[in-house]
Amino acid sequence: MEWMVWTLPTAIFFSVIAAILLGMTTWELVSPSVERRGFLPIATTRGDRLFIGLLSAAYIHLAVVGFTDISIWFALGASVLWLLVLMRWG
Amino acid sequence: MNKVYNNRAWFLILPMLMLVAFSAIIPLMTVVNYSVQDVFDANTRFFTGTEWFEVMLNDPALQAALLRQFAFSFTILAIEVPLGIGIALLMPKRGWQASAVLILITLPLLIPWNVVGSIWQLFTRGDIGLMGVGIRELGYAYNITRNPADAWATIILMDVWHWTPLIALLCYSGLRSIPDAYYQAARIDRASKWAVFRYIQLPKLTNVLVIGVLLRFMHSFMIYAEPFVLTGGGPGSSTTFLSQSLTTMAIGQQDLGPSAAFSLIYFLIILLVCWVFYTAIMNSQKDNTTQGGA
Amino acid sequence: MTSSVPTTPESVRKQAAEAAALRRKRARNVTTRWRRRTLLGLYLVFVMLPIYWLLNLSFQTNSEILGSFSFWPQNFTVANYARIFTDANWYMGYVNSLAYVLMNMLISISVALPAAYAFSRFRFIGDKHLFFWLLTNLMAPPAVFLLPYFQLYYSVGLFDTHIAVALAHCLFNIPLAIWILEGFMSSVPKEVDETAYIDGYSFPRFFVTIFLPMIRSGIGVTLFFLFMFSWVELLLSRTLTATNAQPIASIMTRTSTASGIDWGTLAAAGVLTIIPGIVVVYFVRNHIAKGFALGRT
Repeated sequence: MEWMVWTLPTAIFFSVIAAILLGMTTWELVSPSVERRGFLPIATTRGDRLFIGLLSAAYIHLAVVGFTDISIWFALGASVLWLLVLMRWG
Repeated sequence: MNKVYNNRAWFLILPMLMLVAFSAIIPLMTVVNYSVQDVFDANTRFFTGTEWFEVMLNDPALQAALLRQFAFSFTILAIEVPLGIGIALLMPKRGWQASAVLILITLPLLIPWNVVGSIWQLFTRGDIGLMGVGIRELGYAYNITRNPADAWATIILMDVWHWTPLIALLCYSGLRSIPDAYYQAARIDRASKWAVFRYIQLPKLTNVLVIGVLLRFMHSFMIYAEPFVLTGGGPGSSTTFLSQSLTTMAIGQQDLGPSAAFSLIYFLIILLVCWVFYTAIMNSQKDNTTQGGA
Repeated sequence: MTSSVPTTPESVRKQAAEAAALRRKRARNVTTRWRRRTLLGLYLVFVMLPIYWLLNLSFQTNSEILGSFSFWPQNFTVANYARIFTDANWYMGYVNSLAYVLMNMLISISVALPAAYAFSRFRFIGDKHLFFWLLTNLMAPPAVFLLPYFQLYYSVGLFDTHIAVALAHCLFNIPLAIWILEGFMSSVPKEVDETAYIDGYSFPRFFVTIFLPMIRSGIGVTLFFLFMFSWVELLLSRTLTATNAQPIASIMTRTSTASGIDWGTLAAAGVLTIIPGIVVVYFVRNHIAKGFALGRT
């Protein structure tokens, strides 16, 4: 595994993603999700909202890193907040 | 179709999942790891954080390559889709001519991509190529190594030659699935040709066209071998598309960090475009089935 | 009725007008048919011209190619082909390419069939997201993965083997196969499955003896696509091989040497890469018409 050149931040990143996926699966097994309409223009399930949230979080990070001087931690905070809003009301 | 809820279906998925994950997830993780470091070899590397992303997002050469890529992808879709539909409508429906035309039209799809580049290189060269010499004889100083417009036109022509058959074949098989009764009904109603196309043929084609457009969009974004062989990305960098920029950076210059960062940006763009596409299709199909059920 | 002898002036005029209209309609049909044929013919010429030119150059010597411009070979020669068939470095390229393409077809179809069945018949946790994730692999540009692939296969000791290329091509071929097969399987009514289970078939027996024969044109078309995308791919196969499993597409780059490009050999090698494709199309030609719609009509 030496050639994969792991670093601590990326290891944490992938562990968090794996943990989220695992958590979502367990949640789905315990109480299956129902498709519903929130403020998004399409009907979504829990998993759809998670995907939309993660994808938009990636774009938020890119925008902050590429075109502003704001700290990346700010982007992370905003993304987590956005993800929570999306999961609850999306 | 009403599907049964059954999580044991995962056992049918599992072998496939292991194979694809091996080929997809491990390399993807590695790319993410590369993107935050300056890698010289496995033991000499430095953590750089988000620096590469910042550099890549502000690199004018790559922004230009991205814009060129979009321009290219939309141009070829705008040509290939109508042309493919037209060819499909013209193709004979039965008999030996149908088989012969099918085989001839499919040929370009089965030629290795760099050979496609070679074929067009041989065909368009000013000294030995039929098209190159032909256009020069007509009095136009055609030169794909000097004139960017010529290079662009040639690459688009090559892509049309190479990939229109895919759209045409998909549409042809879509048309073949329309029962004759529909056409007879249209004849009794004295429907015009346009009405037949608009209300009978086009609706049947949408399903296959979706597949065709999606496949073409994804592949046009990865185009590498054909322009690389034909023009080498030149003249200047006028026909350097994304994949070629990436490959030059990653293999040629061994800049693993920047090229990995750029790969991820590239991947996110494709992911977004395809997700929007996919969701739109799935929702329109859902609307159709609810209408059909009602 | 119209053929009866007319008795009044009006009916004479009416009959004449009808006959004229019929004649005009026939004439119009003939012209539209010819216009269709001409347009299609023009397109076929456009498709065949570059290939004809390749064929033409492959039968010429280099001095003739560069020395004189001609529409057909003046001094017909098969020396270019002879060079390829007598040099093991050249013809092994074809063997290598065919070997990994066939392996890939076998691996892809055998894992894609059960998976596509699962997607077409069952709902399960994460099914839609899994399907979309598979499609994203179709979009993943090989350029992104080149270096990690090289190191991955090097570290597991598969570098420069046919199986390495076959496995690497699974990345986009398995999702494609599942996507196509799922369409075909969904067009088979579910009652077929249920009746078979009531009749006492076990799942494997039902799948192999009843279900697979029902979607055989789908399997044929899937194999066609698998062959196509594995045969034409260059970047991954070139990166993952060195000498033992080098594909023909990458051997062709050897025709450009310090003393210029060996146009004749390049053309001949190009012609030979088209032939396996022709063979494959010939086998599936009767399924293409139906099958390309991928069951989604």
